[in-house]
Amino acid sequence: MKYALLIYPKPGSEEALGEDEYKSVSAEYLAFREDPRCLGGAHLQPIETATTVRYSGGENLITDGPYADTKEVLGGYFVFEASNLDEALEVAQRVPAVRLGGAVEVRPLVEIPVETAH
Amino acid sequence: MASLVGFLGDMDLAEEAAQEAFAVAAERWPRDGLPQHPVAWLVATGRNRTIDRVRRERTLEGKTRLLEADQPAATMDEIDLDDSTIPDERLELIFTCCHPSLAVEAQVALTLRALGGLTTEEIARAFLVSEQTMKRRLSRAKAKIKATAIPFAVPADRLLPDRLAAVLAVVYLIFNQGYTDRGDLAAEAIRLGRLLAELMADEPEAHGLLALMLLHDSRRDTRVVDGQLVPLAEQDRSRHDQAKVKAGRAALARALALRPAAGPYVLQGAIASLQAEEQVDWDEVAALYERLERLTGSPVVALNRAVAVAEAGAPERALELVDSLELGDYRYLHSTRAELLRRLGRQEEARAAFEHALRLAATDPERRFLARRLAGL
Repeated sequence: MKYALLIYPKPGSEEALGEDEYKSVSAEYLAFREDPRCLGGAHLQPIETATTVRYSGGENLITDGPYADTKEVLGGYFVFEASNLDEALEVAQRVPAVRLGGAVEVRPLVEIPVETAH
Repeated sequence: MASLVGFLGDMDLAEEAAQEAFAVAAERWPRDGLPQHPVAWLVATGRNRTIDRVRRERTLEGKTRLLEADQPAATMDEIDLDDSTIPDERLELIFTCCHPSLAVEAQVALTLRALGGLTTEEIARAFLVSEQTMKRRLSRAKAKIKATAIPFAVPADRLLPDRLAAVLAVVYLIFNQGYTDRGDLAAEAIRLGRLLAELMADEPEAHGLLALMLLHDSRRDTRVVDGQLVPLAEQDRSRHDQAKVKAGRAALARALALRPAAGPYVLQGAIASLQAEEQVDWDEVAALYERLERLTGSPVVALNRAVAVAEAGAPERALELVDSLELGDYRYLHSTRAELLRRLGRQEEARAAFEHALRLAATDPERRFLARRLAGL
């Protein structure tokens, strides 16, 4: 089963890291990508770079800023192949954002069944 | 049913399969006679019929021809199963029902439905919600188990302490729901507690929880008499169920033999055991509450400790402790304060505190008790 790990770092927690700490945390994130179960992922650029598209007043509205007006902002994601939720949760718990005060949301992907030949 | 859930990974499917198997048994056993190993036969039949149905559904979806639509059901001769080869999967079932990714209220409902054998309606009544609400709660939880692939397994060793704590908490929640009027719920919790103590015999906290529940339940008939709340000191000890006290103490002994350093449930069990004595050693009770407070950091535990300190003969110290707690409008904080003020002869303050406690009271026996205390000032 495929799971999305949506990473919400604690605001300011990454900026507060010293140079060495930041290097080691980055290396940890890279290591997740090396995991054979990892199907993809990305670190998103900061919230200041966000633009949101919405439908309002009969037309598409483009505005500056993120969709959700919350303190916590989506910082990145991974997609992992895991045999069950516990395996996905075990990966999620190791994401550095968690111990630095943030959170990781784990949600299974909708999987389109593959037609197999009979 | 537990074996089928493991095999089928889907609780609804398992329930349907179980019902079908029983229907077949009702039809065939009178005709063919009781099989050698009825449980094994039921499980095998359930599996076979579900395999047939799942195959049928899959092939229909795949729009290819029906496979094995006319395969005859297995006969008694073809079943060569030993009862002992059917694994007891109740432990896996409990851990699945109490998975942390499910809301606690869903964990409780699932546990009662899957292991307690309660109907949805009975569970709804126990938790004071409509049957519709409970149905939705159960089906949402089952859907989540399926959608997220919550494993049907006893958690790995490194996960076990937290997961076991969650399971014990659910059982204790059920027990507390049945604390005052619902003796059947309390009995259900005790039954689950016994099951856990049996299936996790090496876990002291499982025995501790069982001890705690049995010892509390031993006093069930003496807590409220004729709608009046009866405090421990005034209870008719001859009506304490000694069989439960004995069984509770045996469970406690097992827990302490496994690990002398007591966890929270074992500590609470030990406290309940001391309170079952003719002459309660309140100093010892206070000391145990202090250990429990250090383990849990709970202000409610601190409140209970203050009560023990007062009973041990130091009401002023107890009041100091109570006043240092941050429990807002927790009704027992106010009733305890009121009682301590009364014992210290501070009448006017006691009156105000009892009036406040009365406003917060949740049941009629509580109200009557507080009103009597107020009147007696």
